[in-house]
Amino acid sequence: MKYYAYFPGCSSEATAAGLDISAQAIAKPLDMELIELEDWTCCGSTPYGSLDELESIAVAARNLALAEKTGLDLVTPCSSCFVTLSKANLHLKEHRELMSQVNEALAVANLEYHGDVRVRLLVEVLMNEITPKVIATKVKRPLNGLKVAPYYGCQEARPNYGFDDPEFPLALDRLVDSLGAEAVPYPLKNHCCGGSLVISEEDLALDLMRKLLANAVNNGAQCITTPCPLCQTNLDAYQSRVNSKFKTNYNLPVLFITQLIGVAFGLNSKDLGLKTNIVPPQKVLAQYL
Amino acid sequence: MEKTRANTFVEEVSAVPGGEGIRLCIQCGTCTASCPSATRWEYTPSGVIAMIRAGMRDEILSSSSMWHCLSCYFCTVRCPRNVKPTELFHILEGLASQYGFKIKETRTPAMYRSFVSSIKGNGRVHEFGMMFRYYLTTNPLAALKMLPVGLQLFSHRRMPLLPRKVKGKDDLSKIIQKFREVRGG
Repeated sequence: MKYYAYFPGCSSEATAAGLDISAQAIAKPLDMELIELEDWTCCGSTPYGSLDELESIAVAARNLALAEKTGLDLVTPCSSCFVTLSKANLHLKEHRELMSQVNEALAVANLEYHGDVRVRLLVEVLMNEITPKVIATKVKRPLNGLKVAPYYGCQEARPNYGFDDPEFPLALDRLVDSLGAEAVPYPLKNHCCGGSLVISEEDLALDLMRKLLANAVNNGAQCITTPCPLCQTNLDAYQSRVNSKFKTNYNLPVLFITQLIGVAFGLNSKDLGLKTNIVPPQKVLAQYL
Repeated sequence: MEKTRANTFVEEVSAVPGGEGIRLCIQCGTCTASCPSATRWEYTPSGVIAMIRAGMRDEILSSSSMWHCLSCYFCTVRCPRNVKPTELFHILEGLASQYGFKIKETRTPAMYRSFVSSIKGNGRVHEFGMMFRYYLTTNPLAALKMLPVGLQLFSHRRMPLLPRKVKGKDDLSKIIQKFREVRGG
């Protein structure tokens, strides 16, 4: 059994409920124990960092300090939490004065951070520590014949806190392969979906999503898989907005990679939160469920 | 030596963690060429960097340019000088907010403020509350247009109306308050 401090991220309580549910569901068959970081708070987040970089580092530091006490690696399924926590971690280690100011602030909550936490993305753990080879041995219902577009989004591989190539990431392709499915190659697999600007600059984001959906479909994809809560929500919940704006009729299910892995492991639809998916994946997955 | 106008703004930007690379830019334009939203920027990403170097503080901080940054980090991984443009744009957004520049061309600052206020109020982001506040403070009528998306999320159990109680909320508030004192002093 491998033990991790688990950081679900705020979206796990709302838009990305399916990611958290399915991450927990696949942990058991993979002999992983995801121990939720007790009483975690927001990771710091990109919007917070944009309005006040230093303060967002102090917000992140509370979680890092809590994680340090566990002595475990801090694993998050959310690409955005991963980048935010990694960035705060790096800045704290590189800027001694900032570290001491942050520690002075953490002291009011009886916390202290020394810079010893390793922040990891769940997909990276699956790739490097669990490995696709072992994942393949747990597959009960191989997804043979299923054409999947692995969608990395941005923060799985950029900037370089992680492990995957920023221009030609491969982790999701390998994971999809290990399930018996076919990872469809398509050039936009690591391009941006618009992120949170879908709220404030919808036209910009819908245009980026249209290109992604078109690129995946034109290369034969029957569904998309992604690790990122924002990407999943955008492509899933706003797919109908893309369709009405561009007079298209995309009907492409968007699954979290953890959901796809779970389907191949023979877990049921409820265990994987498949009912939270807005574009229904049941038809495409019918023969595997 | 007396500081020039340019010097001061470059120093202000480079003093924030992540902004150290500002002096390394060679204006190759790779960031602009890599940016998925560059066509929406009032000044292009590389243009903004040149303007920082030229000390055009108020011109940049009052512009909507950097608020179109999607944080995709393509510019950052492709920059041949390791300038980290994404970090620079976040720093500019932060300075613009700190000094109270009002941006009319985009609602991204209002969206970010709603997001951060949700974190401060709940300890975690409560997405429904964040969206509610955002539409209330910008354009309540626009919320009607987004109602179908919201209802879909709600009916798929992805948009709880009430935030969860987070025990650490008060500790987080105290940490933020203390950090403000420490960094200010």
